[in-house]
Amino acid sequence: MRLFWHQFRAEQRLFWRSRELAFFTFLLPIVFFLLLGSAYGNDEINGISGYQYLLAGMIGYGAASTTFAGLALLLVIRRESGVLKRLRATPLPPATYIAAVLASIIVIFLIEAAILVALGKLAFDVPLPESVVSLLVALLLGAASFAALGIGLASLIRSAEGSSAVVNALYLPVSFISGAFFSEDAFPRVLRVLGEILPLSHLIRLARDVMIFDDRIWDQLDDVAVIAVWGIAGLIVAVRGFRWEPRER
Amino acid sequence: MTNAVEVRGLRKRYDGVEAVRGIDFEIPAGEVFGLLGPNGAGKTTTVEILVGYRRRDEGDVRVLGADPAGADRLWRGRIGVVPQTGELFPNLTVLEHLDLFAGYYEEPRPPREVLTLVGLDEKAGAKTRTLSGGQRRRLDLGVALIGNPELVFLDEPTTGFDPSARRAAWETILSLRSLGKTILLTTHYIEEAHRLADRVAVLRRGEIVASGTPAELIAEAPATIIRYRRNGEEVMVQTEEPTRTLHELTGEALRDGFDLDSLEVHRPTLEDVYLTLTEEQPG
Repeated sequence: MRLFWHQFRAEQRLFWRSRELAFFTFLLPIVFFLLLGSAYGNDEINGISGYQYLLAGMIGYGAASTTFAGLALLLVIRRESGVLKRLRATPLPPATYIAAVLASIIVIFLIEAAILVALGKLAFDVPLPESVVSLLVALLLGAASFAALGIGLASLIRSAEGSSAVVNALYLPVSFISGAFFSEDAFPRVLRVLGEILPLSHLIRLARDVMIFDDRIWDQLDDVAVIAVWGIAGLIVAVRGFRWEPRER
Repeated sequence: MTNAVEVRGLRKRYDGVEAVRGIDFEIPAGEVFGLLGPNGAGKTTTVEILVGYRRRDEGDVRVLGADPAGADRLWRGRIGVVPQTGELFPNLTVLEHLDLFAGYYEEPRPPREVLTLVGLDEKAGAKTRTLSGGQRRRLDLGVALIGNPELVFLDEPTTGFDPSARRAAWETILSLRSLGKTILLTTHYIEEAHRLADRVAVLRRGEIVASGTPAELIAEAPATIIRYRRNGEEVMVQTEEPTRTLHELTGEALRDGFDLDSLEVHRPTLEDVYLTLTEEQPG
């Protein structure tokens, strides 16, 4: 447990010192919320206020950008630069290390979500969610699922060069067709079906139902199931493909 | 004296290519052992098996009494590794790295002490990305020593150093030896092996082609070497009978009226031994 907190603190320090990670994965969803909120927050999207629509969308986008994209990039960079290999030669248990990295990135996402909710209230007068526990469970589920997918993706990426291009090319379009920025109804049918298959749209919908319609998490078990299935798939890829060292030259 | 490292019949193959082809050696506790060889000879593969990064295909390996392939946390706490390549965290300072790694060990050395040992006192607060190559390498060494290991693996610790940085690194490594550490050092610099190692094994294409103390290796080389230049071309003669060979050579030169430019006669150095041993033989 001492080792876990030791590593957790180091992970927090490493994240906030890395401008790339801290800006692109943490700050960008907050910036987009303010920008888009001031642009079309007053409109009505799919029958709800633009602000509320965007808040759920940006929380989902934030989950994808921190726990999926940020985690995948962080792991690829550490693996390819030889840091993971070196940690393996120390007495730090691998499971403790992974747990600390996961806990750190999930905490960062929860901070981001809290800031988004607070900004929604302060800047756009979005009412605070009532079922906080359900929201928290939904966000933890989403974060865990995306983290598993992020570790899985890291194991599929072969080199640090171009890894951010690969990661961005995946999660940005997915955020669009999942309705994070605006209604997914504007997309052609094929893309809407694709969005429906992927987990982000379900996380955003779950967050929306909990925050706006005061649903409890057990009212939306179908969304929960889709997110969980993706998480398990990510976990399988992650466990099978995880590497501590760069690929052989 | 117990052996810190014992290797018997070690083999490792990558995609059908044998990188290590059945090597044997042991390192008594407290010894500095040098694995010397050209690039691609199998030095790094051997080290990576000994520290538990890679699995061997065949052979017996004991490192501090345990098989590195199944070693536990306690064992990892007793070794230190300076890998050949690999970076640290660019945004952490030198001292933060030492504090971070110190936290992984039960009884680490005080980070400040290690800072002094590797000569990075003035750089304590500098971010790693601002360090020079030599300073980074010294931090690598500091990170490997923070857990106060009994056995230290140094994989080409001075490759890419300028001569003065290399000499400084040698001082540090010699000071480790005086602390009683066992050290396995790989290098392709003969002088480095000669200066630092109690015993040397020369590795060529995955096989140990010679081993012993540097003095023994030189003594095994039979020949005296005579070098001179004739018509601008360097000529090297190895001989078991230096007096006779030299007499014939000078006699011939006097008779035919040519000069033996830059004539020198010397006992083989470790470098000559090494070059002879690691020369690629045709076929």
